[in-house]
Amino acid sequence: MEMINKMLSGDKRACARLITAVENDPDEAEKIIKEIHQYTGNAHVIGITGPPGAGKSTLTDKLVKSLLNDNKKVGIIAVDPTSPYTGGSILGDRIRMQDLALDPNVFIRSMGTRGYLGGLSKSTKNAVKILDAAGYDYIIIETVGVGQSEVDIVKTADTILMIMVPGLGDDIQSIKAGIMEIGDIFVINKSDLFGADRTATEISMMLDLNQNMDRRPSIVKVTAVKNEGIDKLIEEIKNHMDYLKESGVFFERRRKNLKIEVVELIESELRKIVISHTDSENKLDNQVMNIINKEKNIYDVRDEYLSAIKK
Amino acid sequence: MSKPIRVLIAKPGLDGHDRGAKLIARALRDAGMEVIYTGLRQTPEQIVAAAVQEDVDVIGMSILSGAHNHLFPKVVELLKEQGVDDVLIVGGGVIPDDDIPSLKAAGVDAIFTPGTTTTTTIDFIKNNVKRK
Amino acid sequence: MFEKEKLSQLKASRENWEEKVLNKSLSKGPESKSEFKTGSGDKIERLYTPEDVADIDYEAEIGYPGQYPFTRGYQPTMYRGKNWTMRMYAGFATAEESNERYKYLVNQGSTGLSVAFDLPTQIGYDSDHSLAQGEVGKVGVPIDTLKDMEILFDGIPLDKVSTSMTINAPAAVLLAMYIAVAEKQGVSADKLRGTIQNDILKEYIARGTYIFPTEPSMRLITNIFEYCSKDVPKWNTISISGYHIREAGSTAAQEVGFTLADGIAYVEAAINAGLDVDTFAPRLSFFFNAHNDLLEEVAKFRAARRLWAKIMKERFGAKNEKSMMLKFHTQTAGCTLTAQQPDNNIIRVAMQALAAVLGGTQSLHTNSRDEALALPTQDSVTIALRTQQIIASETGVTNTVDPLAGSYYIEAKTKEIEDKAMEYINKIDEVGGAPKAIDLGYIQKEITDSAYQYQMEIESLDRIVVGVNKYQVEEGAPQGLLKVDPIVGEMQKKKIDDVKAMRNNEAVKEKLEALRKACEGTDNVMPFILAAVKEYASLGEICGVMREVFGEYEQAVLL
Repeated sequence: MEMINKMLSGDKRACARLITAVENDPDEAEKIIKEIHQYTGNAHVIGITGPPGAGKSTLTDKLVKSLLNDNKKVGIIAVDPTSPYTGGSILGDRIRMQDLALDPNVFIRSMGTRGYLGGLSKSTKNAVKILDAAGYDYIIIETVGVGQSEVDIVKTADTILMIMVPGLGDDIQSIKAGIMEIGDIFVINKSDLFGADRTATEISMMLDLNQNMDRRPSIVKVTAVKNEGIDKLIEEIKNHMDYLKESGVFFERRRKNLKIEVVELIESELRKIVISHTDSENKLDNQVMNIINKEKNIYDVRDEYLSAIKK
Repeated sequence: MSKPIRVLIAKPGLDGHDRGAKLIARALRDAGMEVIYTGLRQTPEQIVAAAVQEDVDVIGMSILSGAHNHLFPKVVELLKEQGVDDVLIVGGGVIPDDDIPSLKAAGVDAIFTPGTTTTTTIDFIKNNVKRK
Repeated sequence: MFEKEKLSQLKASRENWEEKVLNKSLSKGPESKSEFKTGSGDKIERLYTPEDVADIDYEAEIGYPGQYPFTRGYQPTMYRGKNWTMRMYAGFATAEESNERYKYLVNQGSTGLSVAFDLPTQIGYDSDHSLAQGEVGKVGVPIDTLKDMEILFDGIPLDKVSTSMTINAPAAVLLAMYIAVAEKQGVSADKLRGTIQNDILKEYIARGTYIFPTEPSMRLITNIFEYCSKDVPKWNTISISGYHIREAGSTAAQEVGFTLADGIAYVEAAINAGLDVDTFAPRLSFFFNAHNDLLEEVAKFRAARRLWAKIMKERFGAKNEKSMMLKFHTQTAGCTLTAQQPDNNIIRVAMQALAAVLGGTQSLHTNSRDEALALPTQDSVTIALRTQQIIASETGVTNTVDPLAGSYYIEAKTKEIEDKAMEYINKIDEVGGAPKAIDLGYIQKEITDSAYQYQMEIESLDRIVVGVNKYQVEEGAPQGLLKVDPIVGEMQKKKIDDVKAMRNNEAVKEKLEALRKACEGTDNVMPFILAAVKEYASLGEICGVMREVFGEYEQAVLL
């Protein structure tokens, strides 16, 4: 495809259009991903997540500037939730990254979740692949973490930064352990605020409780608006990558993630096949009513569907 | 999956009055569009870079300071330089009727002046998006 | 305000009226709407009676003008003693043209000047900066160096007029230039009267002409408080502004709550910087909006006055009564002006101005009919000024102090706005004060929510805007609008070049270096800025130094 060649040669517009294509059209997505597959796998993918107001975009902005000084190319994907009622969304993460927009080595893309649960959009992974193929050394995925929704990021990123701020300290106890487990680096932003040390101690204590980790996550204090602590954070990010590679976890994670991705693809294809073999959603609704009325049970219904395909 | 219309809402220039821009951003979201909001003090170069990377269908700009005759055409010109010709460009703000013909001639597709309802803007966008 | 016994009697008679008179009327024909709302969207009752003001203690809550809690006015005789200052905001194109407009306004009976600066000036860029292109002279006068300021006030005796300057982030620089011009006229700083807006928090919230982050901005403001308390004692060092918060779409109660929360933050900052509250608080002034709902607006002004007095006395322990008095400037609501049938705006402005006067304003700017279309022409400005003069001279509303006091509705509404505003202040206190609440985007989001609601009401015809969604007519394009010649930008660039060629560039460099050191340390920066402007260092150069030391603010947006 003409567009892919352009993208590979660094054309941002082509890159942007390809992302649109994978977002809007599953058939297109398949064609594109097949073709760029050989060019992927080189980027270090960093997930940035944390509660609203933690300063994720500002941190991303500073982090990227620092990486640019290192002559790296950085792609950013900022994911915000889509309204389940209207299908619309307001994507406002660029506001904090205005100076980056014009840098030739930066590409910023905002994505709505478009009804997909799990914190990312269904196409985020494919967008990452496009940026990867386009030669971006680092790809940062920024997403709002509220509750359990950021677990998806584990399946996409190599290094995950959990952003915390002082003042949420009292709530750390209530943050679900599962979320504490996904962070590779805990970043305490706005460290100039009162309570930063306490927050650090609390995170440290939470980590102590969790014994079955391959590697104890590091804790870094930064004040993104003042550009303080960013160098230390970059160092930790690189350390983490070194660890991933040396320990073999890097390969293990990517292997696991690819497996999940393939299984998900198969599942979604199978679902389509099942639905197409059994005429309509309408019928499924009827079947559900049958279950409610105790005329059937869930396993009977499953078997009916499966036998329909087998024919 | 449907394809939501993607719109960039920007405030070019130094004007800080963003009531209109925020209102329209919300209204477009509620009409099912994906709105990329870029905030204040955008240069034409930044707006065009964002429009390209975000691959938007529409650029909406709001100016109340009177700098529209300079800034709107500048954005259109930069888009052309990048070979972008399929993006719908709309502007809003305190813009005298006298200025509208020259802005349209420069390539701005529509100008919405004070008192325009959000529905008018939404309908215009839905009916005039250049790419399908 | 009434005896218990009397109240139960009143309750009985009201119920009797409802049953016999009201219900009869309602049974013949219902009211035109199921619910009535104020301009801010608050529910409003059919009738207010003594029962609605029963809990209000007259002496403690309403009292007398010129006496705590100042509900009825900050001064005992109000307009019987002296009319409000008719202050028309103006400034455009060049210092020369603006100077002419000021002289014209003074000749027409305007008693105070109000300077509008263009956006590059407000954001600390010289006219030759790349971001200034297309903006020079558009919404006000461009000021790059002391030279422009000298031209702006040429022939205007600065010991006679009071001057209000709408300038915030670089307020210290413009104030320094004003002091320097006065000095050249032979007027010492202690004789200068006027106001700088100097309210950075509302720039973050609503108006957008910020430069520096919160912390250094608050320092600049307290530096000005301190400097003026000694050297420019008659100067109002800040105009804490609800105007723009309302323009951005807030309700009346939000306007009061958010503005006073900003005020609290400034007072706290100054106290934390070691100033005694009574040294600076008497020079604090406020700036409110006069919106469409006449009675709600009157109540709003009274509520703001009462609440501020209580805050200063109870929260900050002010001893000087002057520290408790809320003095305010008012501007009619620009956001209510319509581009459709622009002459209708004259009527809107008149009603809004009346609200400001009935609410006891100290100075007033009336908008011009054509401001939804462009900057106002001289004719339009004259009509707007005449509107004030008619209210002052012909309507008779100035003959008695606080004439609407004691109205059951006005007093109940005053209390309601005070309570609602206090709720916002409490919420803001809970998150750690106004700067924090702004940083979180809380205040901005509340305002955007209200603005969105307002707009949806207009679109669903729940709210009527004459000429816009009802009583429309076909109109041609309006004629005779003011246009700023784009050549102004070029002229201004040449002026800067000329000044830079004439001044002592070594001295400029030295003064800017001294300023940089002061910014990095803890000294008051005012004397250093003054020294720099006197050498004709440009606004952009001075703000450039401060940008390097302080950094720049980043906007918080929650949509």
